[in-house]
Amino acid sequence: MRMRNTSADSTDPSPLFEDTSGGQGATSYNRGHEKGPGGYPAQTLLSDPMSNLAMAYGSSLASQGKEMVDKNLDRFIPISRLKYYFAVDTIYVGKKLGLLVFPYMHENWEVSYQQDTPVAPRFDINAPDLYIPVMGFITYILVAGLALGTQNRFTPESLGMQASSALVWLIIEVLATLLSLYLVTVNTDLTTIDLVAFSGYKYVGMIVGVVAGLLFGRMGYYLTLLWCCVSIFVFMVSRWEHTHILRHARVKGTLTRNKNKVCFKFHKKLTYKQGRLFPPIKLLPDCFRV
Amino acid sequence: MAFTLYALIQAVILGVNAVAVLHEERFLSKFGWSVDQNVGGFGEEPGIKVQLISLARSVRTVMRVPLIAVNAVCIVLLLLFG
Repeated sequence: MRMRNTSADSTDPSPLFEDTSGGQGATSYNRGHEKGPGGYPAQTLLSDPMSNLAMAYGSSLASQGKEMVDKNLDRFIPISRLKYYFAVDTIYVGKKLGLLVFPYMHENWEVSYQQDTPVAPRFDINAPDLYIPVMGFITYILVAGLALGTQNRFTPESLGMQASSALVWLIIEVLATLLSLYLVTVNTDLTTIDLVAFSGYKYVGMIVGVVAGLLFGRMGYYLTLLWCCVSIFVFMVSRWEHTHILRHARVKGTLTRNKNKVCFKFHKKLTYKQGRLFPPIKLLPDCFRV
Repeated sequence: MAFTLYALIQAVILGVNAVAVLHEERFLSKFGWSVDQNVGGFGEEPGIKVQLISLARSVRTVMRVPLIAVNAVCIVLLLLFG
């Protein structure tokens, strides 16, 4: 292989290696195949039986390695499950964004199931997805960089700092939610990925707040932040109230529903309180940013 | 509040070390936080205290051996790189 490289480089205007192929050029590998010193190296590479064998071996090794990596990765991160969360379309995204900012008019919060598995987000607006959180995260970092730039505090390192900071807060929040769910012993069908999705929805509110702050100044920032806090709060509580958590909670209580309000009569007040504590805790990180 | 991933890892290691150090017999039972003092009745759902105690217990059981390795690596790295 080395001699072929050097012979190729000898045709370059500025050769990187010394041309040592003169003494070794007449070997059995090169004799029949090389078209003179200026021969196109790719053709000699492909038509040589030795390199064919090497390429076949290398590609089989690569596919074996890929299979192994896929199998091991699938044990830790369920890739097939992840595909479900990204099955979205534009209409869903638009409706979901509107719902996140204004959840007060939405009536039916049930997630429709299809033979025991939730329907893909494309078909049901109440299903959790991962597209909006991921995009929101990235957009938030960019908007934070923009805001820093308007205050002349921007450096490229600060962008990475914001990114890792936001990621750390997300991880802390998901862990805190998992811990609270464990402590309150609710039987839910919420997976960790669902919790990541729900925690990721707050980025939408944060982006709206920061953009409003850029456009309208301090007052606009605080007002919009307050509005988005309340919206996410109502969104989370309505979602969990009607579907996953509080329905499955083992409580000795009765559920009564008046016209637009749902009131619970609990003996175990902790569950209800915990359910109401989640969203405000989630919104604390907003206050410490930008 | 600029958190890095490194700060998170440090916090997690310190926290898990803290949980692992709490000895049930010698220490926690003096405050009434051991499992045998909080046996719940059959069929009754466990309260938050019992859940916390059993969580601490399982963290201790699981993380005892890996913590030795992680702490050793941390000590070596901190000695070398400050």
